[in-house]
Amino acid sequence: MSIELMKPPHAETDRSRDRSQPLSNLGPDETLKAGSNHLRGTIAEGLLDEITAGVAYSDQKLLKFHGTYQQDDRDVRDERRRQKLEPAHQFMVRVRLPGGVCTPAQWIKLDALARAYGGETLRLTTRQTFQFHWILKHNLKATIQGLHEALLDTVAACGDDTRGVMCAVNPGLSGLHAQIYDLARGASDHATWKSGAYHEIWYGEKKVASSQEEEEPFYGKTYMPRKFKIGFVIPPSNDIDVYAQDLGFIAIVHGQKLEGFNVVIGGSMGRTDGKPQTYPRLASLIGYVPLDKVTQTIDAVMSVQRDYGDRKDRAHARFKYTIDDKGLDWIKAEIETRLGFPLEPARDFVFDTNGDVLGWSESDGGLAQFTLFIENGRIASRPGNTLMDALLAIAKVHSGTFRLTPNQNLAIADVTREQRPVIQALLEQFGLANQGGASALRRNSMACVALPTCGLAMAESERYLPGLISKIETILARHNLIDEPITLRVTGCPNGCARPYNSEIGLTGRAVGKYNLYIGGGFHGQRLNKLYRENIGEAAILETLDGLFGRFAGERKPGEHFGDFVIRAGIVPEVIEGRHFND
Amino acid sequence: MPSVVSEDSKKVVMPAKLTPAQLAQLEALARSLDREQALWASGYFAGLAGMGTLAIAEPPHQGDAAPAATAVTILYGSETGNSAGLARDFASRLQASGINARAGDMDSYKVRALKDERVLLIITSTHGEGDPPQSALNFFEFIEGRKAPKLAGVQFSVLALGDSTYEKYCEAGKRLDRRLEELGATRLSPRVDCDVDYESPAAQWMETVLPLLPGEPAKTSQVAALSVVSPAAPAAVPFDKRNPFNAPVIENLVLTGRGSSKETRHVEFSLDGSGLTYEPGDALGLMPLNDTALVEAILEQTGLDGQTPVTHKKADMRLAAALASEFEIAAATPRFLESWATLSGAAELRRLLGAENQAERNAFLHHHHVIDIIRAFPVPGVKAADLLMGLRPLQPRLYSIASSLSAAPDEVHLTVSTVRYELHGEPRTGVASGHLAARAEPDSTMPVYVQPNPHFRLPADDVPIIMIGAGTGVAPYRAFLQEREARGATGKAWLFFGERNFRSDFLYQVEWQEHLHNGLLTRMDVAFSRDRSEKVYVQHRLREKAADLYAWLEEGAHLYVCGDAAQMAPDVHAALLAAIREQGHLGDEAAEDYLRNLQRGHRYQRDVY
Repeated sequence: MSIELMKPPHAETDRSRDRSQPLSNLGPDETLKAGSNHLRGTIAEGLLDEITAGVAYSDQKLLKFHGTYQQDDRDVRDERRRQKLEPAHQFMVRVRLPGGVCTPAQWIKLDALARAYGGETLRLTTRQTFQFHWILKHNLKATIQGLHEALLDTVAACGDDTRGVMCAVNPGLSGLHAQIYDLARGASDHATWKSGAYHEIWYGEKKVASSQEEEEPFYGKTYMPRKFKIGFVIPPSNDIDVYAQDLGFIAIVHGQKLEGFNVVIGGSMGRTDGKPQTYPRLASLIGYVPLDKVTQTIDAVMSVQRDYGDRKDRAHARFKYTIDDKGLDWIKAEIETRLGFPLEPARDFVFDTNGDVLGWSESDGGLAQFTLFIENGRIASRPGNTLMDALLAIAKVHSGTFRLTPNQNLAIADVTREQRPVIQALLEQFGLANQGGASALRRNSMACVALPTCGLAMAESERYLPGLISKIETILARHNLIDEPITLRVTGCPNGCARPYNSEIGLTGRAVGKYNLYIGGGFHGQRLNKLYRENIGEAAILETLDGLFGRFAGERKPGEHFGDFVIRAGIVPEVIEGRHFND
Repeated sequence: MPSVVSEDSKKVVMPAKLTPAQLAQLEALARSLDREQALWASGYFAGLAGMGTLAIAEPPHQGDAAPAATAVTILYGSETGNSAGLARDFASRLQASGINARAGDMDSYKVRALKDERVLLIITSTHGEGDPPQSALNFFEFIEGRKAPKLAGVQFSVLALGDSTYEKYCEAGKRLDRRLEELGATRLSPRVDCDVDYESPAAQWMETVLPLLPGEPAKTSQVAALSVVSPAAPAAVPFDKRNPFNAPVIENLVLTGRGSSKETRHVEFSLDGSGLTYEPGDALGLMPLNDTALVEAILEQTGLDGQTPVTHKKADMRLAAALASEFEIAAATPRFLESWATLSGAAELRRLLGAENQAERNAFLHHHHVIDIIRAFPVPGVKAADLLMGLRPLQPRLYSIASSLSAAPDEVHLTVSTVRYELHGEPRTGVASGHLAARAEPDSTMPVYVQPNPHFRLPADDVPIIMIGAGTGVAPYRAFLQEREARGATGKAWLFFGERNFRSDFLYQVEWQEHLHNGLLTRMDVAFSRDRSEKVYVQHRLREKAADLYAWLEEGAHLYVCGDAAQMAPDVHAALLAAIREQGHLGDEAAEDYLRNLQRGHRYQRDVY
């Protein structure tokens, strides 16, 4: 067997766009990474430059690997340009929090840092972690050192590497969750970059002499071609949107025992307007690996993308394009070559939901959790909004954990019987005990951050969605659909941070007040949606939805989801593969 | 005849290089100039040569040493890089066919050179709902604004990139196409609009444009460039303090960002047609108008009718007008106190007039404006002439000029902090800064004149300069650097700047950043006093950088201090002395001698107020 595998069982492939080429043949970011002295660049010097609140362009790129993005307050960008002032630069800082689990002590620290440096707000992301916004350059070090005190870091939270590893929340199965959470954490620790740059720049540690190879044994000097996302999910809930991951592990459980994982590869949401060669793609199922082969599988899959991914054009550099260019069979064979054994056939599994169970629920082992709906994941301390204060008060008495869900909600988890009344009292005191308030649509909605901080945003998203939902709710009520769960996701640009392309209704920003409208995604993320109306304003969005809901209410089959209906009714064609998304 | 002088002669160079037609023009111009104008014109030409814009007028036979004029400029406004890519491709293609072409980003293009272009090709995308690309916003604002020059003699064509799913498809390109025509430029070929699949229409546009371009550089009229000189007809009487020029406001914006504890403005006036000139370091005198609300309040309090005829400086006018434009009606003077004491007979005012009560009188005047005194000590039935008798004629206000004529011809820029405070529960403003903040809309005018300041001058181009300024004290350094840029000066420059908050009060931040980037400014140190718990001022930065500072002085650097006279200037002086003592290992007296020597050699110049 091994002799057979020494020779690749598959055809030669085009290597003209991957890392086998000299840097001069590749895109500018490859040269930048290669020349960055393993992600050091001139970040340390730039932090000291008092003439600008920003950093050099090349350091902005490198800082992403360190988990932080330079942004600016876009609400005042134009006015400041006239005032001959630079944009109001600030930084988004994203925490590395594999599986979205944190302790009450960590929560208290995060809260304190957000109040001190982050404009008194924290955001729970769609990938189960915390983001700070509004951090000024001269507070970056203090923020990251503060996280370090709480045993948290921001390594690889952004950049061309493995992003935060996601893990199913599954509160009902505490033992299984613990096991898979350990795997997710291990995967993150294993796959993040290793350069000493982080400790030197942020913690002020001295550089330890080492060879280049020692410093970054897996990634080398040019890291990945683009970001690489990994997630673990436990059926029947697809809460992490496993089909949106570059590499997804679907737990196969026998009785209470975790046996191994089905492996899916090549999911990703991002696309670019006006570039039909870019498209969202759902991950493809390629087989099954036993439990003890997870780390090996990560190395094999990531190394295939590291070696063959497109490094000429960043808009074509995600794993999904490598797969579609080379062919799924070719990629699978290459993965198996690197594993040294063939993947087993995929096992049976079923997904039937991707939402969170709100309010109190029991888990095995006598513990309970309370899941809070948090609109768009935004936690802030503002007049009339005490959510941040409430969660701090809970963190001070809580002895279990907090779990961030991929739907940007928050579970106060591992609550003992004795503690439950204490938590309940605080929830009541802050008016959070009743989680039935939000409509089914609102509970199944997500928005990315967009304006004013995100540099990519072309339209509003987080600030816009709550009001838009209120208007849609009126229409739903008119059609007696107010209790119908429908997934609605909005992003301020085509890049897809809130995973809009596999929602039943997706809106992606084109210009201020203008969105593309997509419909027909699978309710639990199993199918991409399809462009239905391009570049329309709110009036047209509402009018279009009104018409669609009218037909849905009248013609649907019992239990049929909205996304399934619009396809059966022939309103939009079904998108079977990502590369046909733009057809 | 100058034209027969050999080209080798060092004495008469210019005329020999001019064509007879140019020479005739120049001589005609020379005859119309008085001495001051002639001096200005000589500086103007020197500046023009330094800026490189004269390149366009250089005759083609000048030889290899002279850079050939750019025949075709391709300007691009790009959001995603498509326009930039097209522009660069086209430029190299033109160069390959022997046409001197260059491609440039609207972002970094010196808009003042626009009128000197011969063929201008525009490639621009549209952003969002009909907006220009972010990087082209400044260019659009200039060209669509009132400062845009006439472009007769410029040929152009526009390639517009867009996305037809937007309502305002290719709008940015359309705007430029329209505007260039409005400014008098000639359309070489019709605009082409491209959708997201722009490659083929773009290629088509290039095919159309290419044969229409001049095959060789410098075939167009050589005299065109001279038209920029025409500083309108010389004024009959030169404008000065007694006869100020009514300068139109062309820009008036707040430099300080949101949340600032201050309001500092950037105000630009047009000097077009005035014949007024200035040098970096000079000041501008402004004749403000008083606040009409204050005029109203005084009229109401005295019961006088604004229409009452009065005579002032042998001219007849109405009382309201006289109060608005002829007299100081805000702060009161001892003379007013005396006058009002007589009119009111108030014992309290009389008492304050006593020689022994000088300190108390000063304090009283500090806290009581004219309106406060009139209110506190009413004089029923007071006559208009009696009121005016106590008032002082309105004085012009001087501001350090923040621009250089070589960078902004026919313009003068000021940096003005609006003075606002409360007195007796009422908001009050400074007279001139209040006028600029409230009543100096673009297109309104204000009487201005130039106040030369020969004691605040740039040294030779290769001499290092150290500029220290807090707040609006940074204004003349903006002029200095503009001037040095225009002259291609090579001397090092170091700027110390202090204000309250980095985010809102970093006056002209992007300009300093650009100067640092292109090397005109060698280094810059800033002190923001209200950003951290410990207050930091420019003098602290001077102390921190003492070693380098001293080294620069030893190299012959000139030292400038501008800004607040009461605190900043003495603190800076002390910091300089300390730095010199420490770094030169000098005693107190020797250090003072060192600074005094700098002063005597005009190497330590101050403009403090």
